Amino acid sequence: MVLNMGPQHPSTHGVLRLELITDGEIVKEAIPHMGYLHRCFEKHAESLTYQQTIPFTDRMDYLASMNNSHAWVMGVERMLGIDNDIPKRVEYIRVLVCELNRISSHLIALGTYGIDIGAFTPFLWCFRDREHITSMLEWASGSRLLYNYIWIGGLFYDLPVGFEERCLEFVTYFKPKLKELNQLLTDNQIFISRTANVGVLPIDVAINYGCSGPVLRGSGVKWDLRRIDNYSAYPELEFDIPVGKGEMGSVGDCWDRYKVRVDEITESLKMIEQCSNRLLTDLKRTPDFDPRAKLPRKIIPKAQEYYMRAESPRGELGFYFVADGKTEIPQRVKSRGPSFNNLSVISELSKGVMIADLIAILGSIDIVLGEVDR
Amino acid sequence: MTVDEIKALLIAKVGEGVVIAEETPGLQSVLTIQPDKIVDVMRELRDNPLTYFDFLACLSGIDHGPEIGKFSVVYNLTSIPYQTQLTLKVMKDHTDRSFENLPVFLSVNEVYRTADWHEREAYDLVGIYFEGHPDLRRILLPDDWEGFPLRKDYKNAEYYKGIKID
Repeated sequence: MVLNMGPQHPSTHGVLRLELITDGEIVKEAIPHMGYLHRCFEKHAESLTYQQTIPFTDRMDYLASMNNSHAWVMGVERMLGIDNDIPKRVEYIRVLVCELNRISSHLIALGTYGIDIGAFTPFLWCFRDREHITSMLEWASGSRLLYNYIWIGGLFYDLPVGFEERCLEFVTYFKPKLKELNQLLTDNQIFISRTANVGVLPIDVAINYGCSGPVLRGSGVKWDLRRIDNYSAYPELEFDIPVGKGEMGSVGDCWDRYKVRVDEITESLKMIEQCSNRLLTDLKRTPDFDPRAKLPRKIIPKAQEYYMRAESPRGELGFYFVADGKTEIPQRVKSRGPSFNNLSVISELSKGVMIADLIAILGSIDIVLGEVDR
Repeated sequence: MTVDEIKALLIAKVGEGVVIAEETPGLQSVLTIQPDKIVDVMRELRDNPLTYFDFLACLSGIDHGPEIGKFSVVYNLTSIPYQTQLTLKVMKDHTDRSFENLPVFLSVNEVYRTADWHEREAYDLVGIYFEGHPDLRRILLPDDWEGFPLRKDYKNAEYYKGIKID
């Protein structure tokens, strides 16, 4: 029988249609159909300047706008050759807001994953804690989801007074909450039975399909671009890269991918602590500090092609720029959304699984359709 | 391995004239490969223990515009064990802009499975035909969409199935 899952299934976090060829309750094949959300990011980028495109990158992965604009901005800065002139304070603020955004994105992933499995309370708890991050980022940038805060050569505005202290308060508030969440969901026997040994993704398949981020790390590959490329302020921060170890079953199952996200939240909290402390001590706010001081008058990179990659919450986010050296408008931009590649592995993972397990597999990949379709 | 070493390796393994051009002054080094040899080159780069480029990060189809009359495909490779990056490029002259006669490149789907969707996307948006692709159909746009939106001479459609597009 052919079953259609979606386009509006709650587990698809957007609009995705899965065409399932089933035999009873067993999925023989799953064919993803996307494009319902296609908003032509690459076409828009060919008619707007580098600066004007930043809001459009925010709309790609709308749960992690800061990380998207950070990647875009770093790519343009490197093409202009000004990436070493960015003030340290600006770099630290960028990392601070990016890591806050990473936590809020992972909280959505974990909360909605609970819903996919059938647990409702973790969803409410995650959204309650995410609310603190959203209102903090709103305080800094004026918007709750699509921030447009990181600009080429600087920031839209310096952090509001008291932001760093509030970050530290949030960390102290959030640590015990994360422990509670682990007790409720991570160590829950029902949850473990539903996710362990389900959707096992071997390393070679993951690499062959171009998976990245928690999906690749869940399979046991220690591959994090924040450490590999050492961009922005990351080389000065201390953090570990969590990988899937197969504690509850085989390496690379749904539980491993879920656990990598939980552990990444802990690592991000460490980074937020370090960033806030440095911003409060040796990179203090001064009256003459202008976050837009390095903003170039005209953004015209010389004729070149450049591939910028950065670690967004879902994996390797890449922008391939083709600049002609004459205008402020890129000649061609190709964006490589991590969800696009992560989703392509679904047909491989879903051969011979139960329909209910397919939901668990799809949720564990954590796709954002805005990024698949762009 | 440096770009020169990779170049020498490719010439030794795949044959003379496989690397057409080399761009190294920029931020990343780019090798332009002869279009008919791209599958051999990729298989060599993936399997050779000296290079081991096992991860195809990005595949972009590029239309250089009607004045230049060229199409190219760019591959961004990553080697996870060696932590290196390499950009490969294939380019073809193609002045015919009609839908019946698309520029043809070889599909690398058998070397990297991730190329499957990327090639479908390049076909969908730029209008590049990939020879040897198992399932080349549109991926983001509807199957009956006319034209390739990322071509430089694309005129925005006014109607789709009788519905006006704003």
